[in-house]
Amino acid sequence: MNAPQPAPETLLDERDREIIQATQKGMPLAVEPYRVLAQQLAMPEAELKERLQRMKDSGAIRRIAAIPQHYALGIRANGMSVWDVDDRLVDELGKQVGELSFVSHSYRRPRHRPHWPYNLFAMVHGRNREEVEAQVAEIEKLLGDACRSHDILYSSRLLKKTGLRLRG
Amino acid sequence: MDEMDRELINRLQDGIAVTDRPFAEVAQALELTEESVVERLRRLVDDGKLSRFGPLYNAERLGGAVTLVAMAVPEERYEQVAEQVNAHPEVSHNYAREHELNMWFVLSTERPEQIEQTLAAIESETGLPVYNMPREKEYYIGLRFQL
Repeated sequence: MNAPQPAPETLLDERDREIIQATQKGMPLAVEPYRVLAQQLAMPEAELKERLQRMKDSGAIRRIAAIPQHYALGIRANGMSVWDVDDRLVDELGKQVGELSFVSHSYRRPRHRPHWPYNLFAMVHGRNREEVEAQVAEIEKLLGDACRSHDILYSSRLLKKTGLRLRG
Repeated sequence: MDEMDRELINRLQDGIAVTDRPFAEVAQALELTEESVVERLRRLVDDGKLSRFGPLYNAERLGGAVTLVAMAVPEERYEQVAEQVNAHPEVSHNYAREHELNMWFVLSTERPEQIEQTLAAIESETGLPVYNMPREKEYYIGLRFQL
């Protein structure tokens, strides 16, 4: 019951991998970006677009988007709120926490007692810690008695951030 | 960085379509030309306000695996251990956090077995235990900031 869900696998061929390798650090910024990318890959534009669309439909691509560097954008308080929630209630409550507008990610993860009693993670972001703490107080209210303890881990420094890297 | 840049980032975090001119819609909404949308995006990437613009891949759906890992790193060795950890291309994000477990990184690998291999390598290089916290359930993933 607690086993991780198996990842549904998308079958990728060499051409898909070429596309992934060419775009994992970003794609050309142009009015017609797919035309430029197709030229770089020496691939017909129609084929490139068909493959990208297929990867989007299958979930291999979550979205083709602006990926913000939130530190540089003034969103400096990045609080990982962590909660020790009753196992019988965590899935129902986790879903409710995930629906809060200020929560960017919410997951259930394994505990590592005694160092780590927490099984529910919810990332909250704000311009400062006051903003984050007000949001965490709302989560605390929602969880009520089902939560035994919680903590907020602030990130003090971004040590690395890259996209997915496929090895060639 | 002006109001228009903020608006552009807010709108483009949700993504563009796979069409001939994917910036046409946002350009029209903001009363900009597509050229100036592209110009602004280039500048935002160059200035580091955007880490990139492009496809956000889901490693698990590509047949790979993702996990979150924590370590308790002694302060005096912190920089050295950060370098050892970051040297692995499988490490996609790494944050210093204020806690006894003070280093938190995400591993994103092409094949599931590389998670264990990478963790074993990091433990042996650093001599420190790693706490592997793969997600057991995803309740939501949005990661969109309103600027």
